[in-house]
Amino acid sequence: MKVGLFVPCYVNAVYPEVALASYKLLTHFGVDVDYPVDQTCCGQPMANAGFEGKALPLAKQFNDLFEEFDYIVAPSGSCAGFVKDTYPRLMEKEGCTSKVSGKVYDLCEFLYDILKVDKLPGKFPHKVSLHNSCHGLRELKLGSASELNIKPYSKVKALLNLVEGVKVVEPIRVDECCGFGGMFSIEEPAISIRMGNDRVNGHSDTEAEYITGADSSCLMHMGGIVDKNKMPIKMIHVVEILAAGL
Amino acid sequence: MSSTKHAQNADVFQQNKEKATWHDNALWFVREKRDRISKTLPEWEELRALGEKIKLHSVSHLASYLEQFAANAEANGVIVHWAKDAEEHNAIATEILQKHNAKKVVKSKSMLTEECDLNHYLEAKGIEIIESDLGERILQLNGTAPSHIVLPAIHMKREEVGELFSEKLNTEKGNSDPTYLTRAARVSLRNDFLTADAAMTGVNFGIAATGEIVICTNEGNADMGTSLAKLHIASMGLEKLIPDYESLSVLTRLLARSATGQPTTTYTSHFRKPVEGGEFHIILVDNGRSDILSNEEHIKSLNCIRCGACMNTCPVYRRSGGYSYTYFIPGPIGINLGMLKDPVKHSENLSACSLCYSCNNVCPVKIDLADQIYKWRQDLDSLGKANSSKKLISTGMQFLFTHPALFRTSLKFSSLAKYAPRSLTFGLKEWEDGRSLPPFAKESFTEMWKKGKVKKK
Ligand code: SF4
Repeated sequence: MKVGLFVPCYVNAVYPEVALASYKLLTHFGVDVDYPVDQTCCGQPMANAGFEGKALPLAKQFNDLFEEFDYIVAPSGSCAGFVKDTYPRLMEKEGCTSKVSGKVYDLCEFLYDILKVDKLPGKFPHKVSLHNSCHGLRELKLGSASELNIKPYSKVKALLNLVEGVKVVEPIRVDECCGFGGMFSIEEPAISIRMGNDRVNGHSDTEAEYITGADSSCLMHMGGIVDKNKMPIKMIHVVEILAAGL
Repeated sequence: MSSTKHAQNADVFQQNKEKATWHDNALWFVREKRDRISKTLPEWEELRALGEKIKLHSVSHLASYLEQFAANAEANGVIVHWAKDAEEHNAIATEILQKHNAKKVVKSKSMLTEECDLNHYLEAKGIEIIESDLGERILQLNGTAPSHIVLPAIHMKREEVGELFSEKLNTEKGNSDPTYLTRAARVSLRNDFLTADAAMTGVNFGIAATGEIVICTNEGNADMGTSLAKLHIASMGLEKLIPDYESLSVLTRLLARSATGQPTTTYTSHFRKPVEGGEFHIILVDNGRSDILSNEEHIKSLNCIRCGACMNTCPVYRRSGGYSYTYFIPGPIGINLGMLKDPVKHSENLSACSLCYSCNNVCPVKIDLADQIYKWRQDLDSLGKANSSKKLISTGMQFLFTHPALFRTSLKFSSLAKYAPRSLTFGLKEWEDGRSLPPFAKESFTEMWKKGKVKKK
């Protein structure tokens, strides 16, 4: 099984430790991982802002780089979701076919659904508040969204619970948006900042030591607020907890 | 970055933090009620799927259902009118009222008459019109528009209502007890009901098989108005049409649960025939609806049964209020309907969405609201309404990201600085107002990989 590691642009620059933990986790489970160094960005920021046209060359570039792999795995649900759900339509407009959309996974999804991980070696004796990111939940269905009347489940929580010592809690309004939304965060600053503050306060009220989640972009947004407000709660990506001890 | 009208209005709304918090909580409470009650029905998601199908089927067979509806209504003794737009609707209503020499009309809640701006039209013709829904009446006395389609006065605190009533209805100064205020409104409305010459209503559902209309209210005000006056005029958008009682039984189960978290509205009233010695008119209004029919990407917006659930769940609507949008219907559905009405005029509502997709999940007729907003954003550039700095950033990103070597170099150089490159975090004042920039890693993952620091030997 050949897996291409897709490291979203901002994770690459800001959170390389998340990419590193992803690599360690995958290789721990015997996966053959490669990292195409020419990768940059999936194009989601431009498309969500209304410039799909500008995302198209990036989609083609991504397709060429990752086509050869059996699976493509990213530590970010939102970016994986964009490749999965938007690429097919985007590329079709230009008469191309996306050869990557059917095999792209969020890392947690991959661990849970493909590798069917049921044991993890590490320990993380801390209380963490889980941030249920919108795209992971409502696009990739990593868990049951609170609006739906379906059997409750959470792939991320199930994985976290495999780590010894971790105590997972959730904030009130369990899956409300953190207000990042890419360009939304600068086009609607008043609302975005308010949403972020509300979300961070919700997490902080659980008295957890960490806010964790499967999507680095939400963590970046909330982290920016935590830092600005000088709050004691820390940010950590789910993958880093899952890779504890590796 | 020059911000949109919505963003500017939202900023103003957030200045009063306490009230903004209260507004958010009040609507979240309704969203939670909706969650709770929907979870008492094991078949809820199935119902939504059925609701979606029924509405899609109805609008895609609109011509034949309309014909059937009109024929049945006429056979019931109803006078059916066709209005191609708002102006025609208002003219028809006025003509009927003038023919009956009606000077005073009581009207139950109707977003369609709001859409047609009927009240001002009638007032200009010297016809007095009284809103009989409590929320709508409050706003009428206040001289303002609804801020929500189901809870029109949700933005007003009871203290504000108390003050308004003491001025307009002579209630005790400083008394803002909801029961007291509701009673006062009832007493004044009772008088209006008794003295009105005609009743106007909206329509929740029109049933093709029987030619009747169904109106759902909690206050019984539509029933009160139509039982006392001999003349009833109902305004109905074409998309309100559904085939039969079976379809109705699905949609009424969805409507009240989605709207307010009630199992059903207190009154679900069927109107089929004129009252004895009276007249019953139905005005069927197009006003742009048939254009939406031919719009493949947005046809689903005609599914809307105006429950308001997408507003209650929208994290942006709850925090910015109904008046922050330029269109008279706010929230996710309003953003879309505004674009369908006049894209140039209402494109500045498109920023009011973080693409969280919660609206898609609550909508009882499964309108893909967020996807439609995403699609509209793609049209902004060709409308000449794209934000220039957003476009510049996107162009810059495209350039950087399509040049892997350049991207790697920028990673390397930026890592010398403390913070992430502007291209990645925008580096804009708007970000830094409430958030710190993420500190930049000493070494990017790509560098680590290239230096062989990642791969185990
Ligand atoms: S779009 Fe859906 S959720 Fe929103 S008001 Fe219409 S029916 Fe209700």
